[in-house]
Amino acid sequence: MNLTLDIAWTHVRTRLRQTGFAIAGVATGVGFSIMMASLMQGSQDDFTSRLVNTLPHITTNDERRLPPKQPAEAVFAAVEFHGLTPEARRPGIKNPMAMIASLEGWLPGGVAPSVKVQAIIRYANRDIATSVIGIDPTRESKVSELPKQMRGATLAALYRATNAIVLGDRLAEKIGARIGANITIQTSEGARINARVVGFFHTGLRQVDESTAYVLAKTGQILAHQTGLINELRVRVNDPMIAREVAQRIENDSGYKSVSWEEAHEDLLSTFVIRNIIMYTVVGAILLVASFGTYNIVSTITHEKARDIAIMKSLGMSEVTVRTIFVIEAMIIGIVGALAGFSLGYLLCVVLGSVEIKNPFIDSNHLPLTYSYKHYLLAGLAALTSSVAAGYLPARKAARAHPVDIIRGAT
Amino acid sequence: MTATTSASASDAGSNMTVPLIEARAVTRILPGIVPTTLVRDINLRIDANEFIAITGPSGSGKSSLLYLLGLLDLPTSGEVLIKGKATSRMSEKERALTRLSTLGFVFQFHFLLPEFTILDNVTLPMRALGALPADAMRDRGRELLSSFGLADHIDKRPDQLSGGQRQRVAVARALANEPLIILADEPTGSLDSKSSEQVFQVLRHIVDDHGKTVVAVTHHLGLAERMDRRIELIDGAISSDEIAARV
Repeated sequence: MNLTLDIAWTHVRTRLRQTGFAIAGVATGVGFSIMMASLMQGSQDDFTSRLVNTLPHITTNDERRLPPKQPAEAVFAAVEFHGLTPEARRPGIKNPMAMIASLEGWLPGGVAPSVKVQAIIRYANRDIATSVIGIDPTRESKVSELPKQMRGATLAALYRATNAIVLGDRLAEKIGARIGANITIQTSEGARINARVVGFFHTGLRQVDESTAYVLAKTGQILAHQTGLINELRVRVNDPMIAREVAQRIENDSGYKSVSWEEAHEDLLSTFVIRNIIMYTVVGAILLVASFGTYNIVSTITHEKARDIAIMKSLGMSEVTVRTIFVIEAMIIGIVGALAGFSLGYLLCVVLGSVEIKNPFIDSNHLPLTYSYKHYLLAGLAALTSSVAAGYLPARKAARAHPVDIIRGAT
Repeated sequence: MTATTSASASDAGSNMTVPLIEARAVTRILPGIVPTTLVRDINLRIDANEFIAITGPSGSGKSSLLYLLGLLDLPTSGEVLIKGKATSRMSEKERALTRLSTLGFVFQFHFLLPEFTILDNVTLPMRALGALPADAMRDRGRELLSSFGLADHIDKRPDQLSGGQRQRVAVARALANEPLIILADEPTGSLDSKSSEQVFQVLRHIVDDHGKTVVAVTHHLGLAERMDRRIELIDGAISSDEIAARV
């Protein structure tokens, strides 16, 4: 065995109790870091996947971010219009089918047309403001998970009755409607129809489940008082992470406002950044505390081994060689601690994942956890780095010690 | 038995060969609020196959001179030459390599590494130098320990040996890389008279039979008188340098 490695290994091996505590410190740091990262990432992934799966990835509607230029503005540079009153009637998307065909030509995913109307749902003396979305059930599976989120019926049930409606399960609960109930839908334009509840859906997003209902596109057009109206295109892309770029392209090409799921939930997603900063700070603090243990053990060893250091230097070992011995000791503690921490972290995740919880705000009975090799790699690297840094300082000090001072002190 | 003759350091070094160690006007001052002079204006020449005692009262600079000659300390002024090569401008690495290959140290305390066997301790300098294959190192280690009567103890740890045995192991370790010079700082200082005699005989043996040079700092005047050359220091300066003619 290499001399420096041999001496380092012997130092560590002959101080089992101290070394054990230092390793336990690193292992605890690594283990809890992995568990925390797994939990934080798990909850984030769970929430993101619900956002991604529940809603279309991109919604293109008939609005524009900036009002279109008036003819006079186009002709005269000095002309500007301010405070124009928008049309009361929603104009809808022009030539929606042609636009869908165009999008399907390049879009990596699916597109479906819809009619979105704001309405009041009345049932049993209860009025609830609701977004009623007219859809084409045959195309819906291309753009959302709605067919899989149906409860008590399939989406095809919309065809089985005149003015059939599918309610979010929390909305149904709020108004007390059951399947077969006849409810009234009324819009601000004065449209009023009676609709029959044919099913419920559950997305897991409270905001959606308690304020959204689906009808056929034709029924939506009746509520909007506009035959043939399509005021929204719902898009789903194969990779949700490219939604922002695709939305930008649709908006650039069509001029219609296209909102990706990331933009729609920017405020929520920005909280993840803060959460991650908190997580990494806490993880860093745990590992820093663990590195104090390594510093302590290496400091103790270098202090106890002052005579050995002196004799090694007087025999002719260089400062670098002596320093390397103690840095290797710190590395041994870091590596063994990290490996033990991996096992501890995995066990903690398994235990945490098996704990049953009952929370009305989440669907799952278990905590969401993400198992990723990156957590292990990151925690292991951080532990090793902090261990080596913690070992380097006393090692450098020890290696710089003047052998004569130590020998004189010893004698 | 030896008889003292009136020879001086300059006489001793009058031959034309390059000395193993040469000190030229070496002074060492410890800095501080009140600077302390450890040794001053030392001129000394040490040749091959000498057995030298450095004596003097406590605080006279004996050990300081030994550390300067052994490159463990640097002079404030003057120069120490090893085999004619100036050392003051050597890097820390070069000085370390010179110690490893040319010098051997024995201290008052054995300073053996307690976790290792005595064979491991003896092979340590060889491993640090890395000039021999592993088997050859172990063979040489065994051979050295056998020559000092420690063949039966090679797998023991230092705490399983007596004081005299430990010190003999320390001498064996000092000889591991076949250095030309052994520098010993009070090698018998912590031993009883019987062990002291054993260690002295070992040192005498490596001068007479191995052709090495031994420079030993000692308080023990009885032992110093049995060495071939005696250098006496008083207040950091050489007060006498005598060669004893061996009978």
